Amino acid sequence: MGRKNNASSSDAPPPPAPEPVQPEGEAPQPRPPVQVLYCGVCTYPVEYCEFGSSLTKCKEWLKEEHPEQFDKYYSEEALQAKIGTLSLEAQTKLEKDTAKAEAKADAKADAALKKKMSSQITIRRIERNKRKHITAVHGLEAFGIDLKKAAKQFASKFATGASVTKNAQGLDEVVVQGDVSDEIVDMIEQEAGVLKGIPVDNVEIVEEKKKKAGE
Amino acid sequence: MFKKFQPSSDIAGHTPVKTSVQRSIRSALLSQWKIEPETLEAIWPKKEGLVHVKCREHVSIYTVNGEPIAFQHFDGPFYPTLRVIHKYPYILPMVKVDRGAIRFLLGGAHMMCPGFTSKGGHLPPPEEALPAGSPVTIHAEGKEHAVGIGITKLATEDIRKINKGVGVEVVTYLGDDLWALQSL
Repeated sequence: MGRKNNASSSDAPPPPAPEPVQPEGEAPQPRPPVQVLYCGVCTYPVEYCEFGSSLTKCKEWLKEEHPEQFDKYYSEEALQAKIGTLSLEAQTKLEKDTAKAEAKADAKADAALKKKMSSQITIRRIERNKRKHITAVHGLEAFGIDLKKAAKQFASKFATGASVTKNAQGLDEVVVQGDVSDEIVDMIEQEAGVLKGIPVDNVEIVEEKKKKAGE
Repeated sequence: MFKKFQPSSDIAGHTPVKTSVQRSIRSALLSQWKIEPETLEAIWPKKEGLVHVKCREHVSIYTVNGEPIAFQHFDGPFYPTLRVIHKYPYILPMVKVDRGAIRFLLGGAHMMCPGFTSKGGHLPPPEEALPAGSPVTIHAEGKEHAVGIGITKLATEDIRKINKGVGVEVVTYLGDDLWALQSL
């Protein structure tokens, strides 16, 4: 795999592509693309930040990263020119709306964070027969963890089978062969691999006994 | 089209496109977009295979190296994605809306005729008039880059004449879920 990576990284960059055209002499050149500066906060081209929901943050970002661009868009003259095209009432209304949208977006982000922090992770140890167990981890996706990747990580760490399956409620969870509940808690504590940003207090271990069949 | 688009639930599958089909797509792009073969080559190198991402409601997205470059509804015209348009703004004809309309456009609304005919707006001159149903990029008053891509509902001359109702239907716009999707 390492070799493949090397090979692809050496001839992968697209810029070499236009070069073979050059030696042919008059062959037309591709027109170079327009470089657009995208805002690091809202991902819009910087001139559209004013319509986004995080103008204040966008402004700060631009001031820090590209001061010369900042002057172009937010200097006094630029603002004056902008106001010139709009009536005064429309302008104040727009400003009010922007502020409102910004507050709303902030509140939303807050709520999302709160929800994330309060969501629980359940590690269930399910008895398969007397001395064999499987471990089901539920709720990882609330912390933005890719379940498939987590399963892969568990599988390679414990050298057992691990997969993403739907449980009885139809929700996705990671199922690992063997009793590894304590080890998983340790991994979450150490933030190993993809298991990042999970408060340990939110992790809960549950034991589940198999019902005796036929009795 | 992409106001609500969840990759996890709206994508039916990825398939590499056959080279014969790729050839026909390439020639279709060259005839539909105002683009030179060399520039298309820079966006989509010949060596890179195209991947067809099938989505719900007959939307297909075409990606190169995981990056969406074009999409299509049913077998309609190909639209470039907004990021491609930002790099190569000349590949589709341009219309411009006035400043007041930007807010609504960013909310995903279709563009009404008065937005194009008012002072800040712009339509192609009569000698380059567009028929109904042609893909256009939507620019905005006082802005350098495109905000959206749409399809004309009325011929541009009719937009001027009727000056009422929807003139351009918005297909994708800045900040929709296709924009948020940087790679597939």
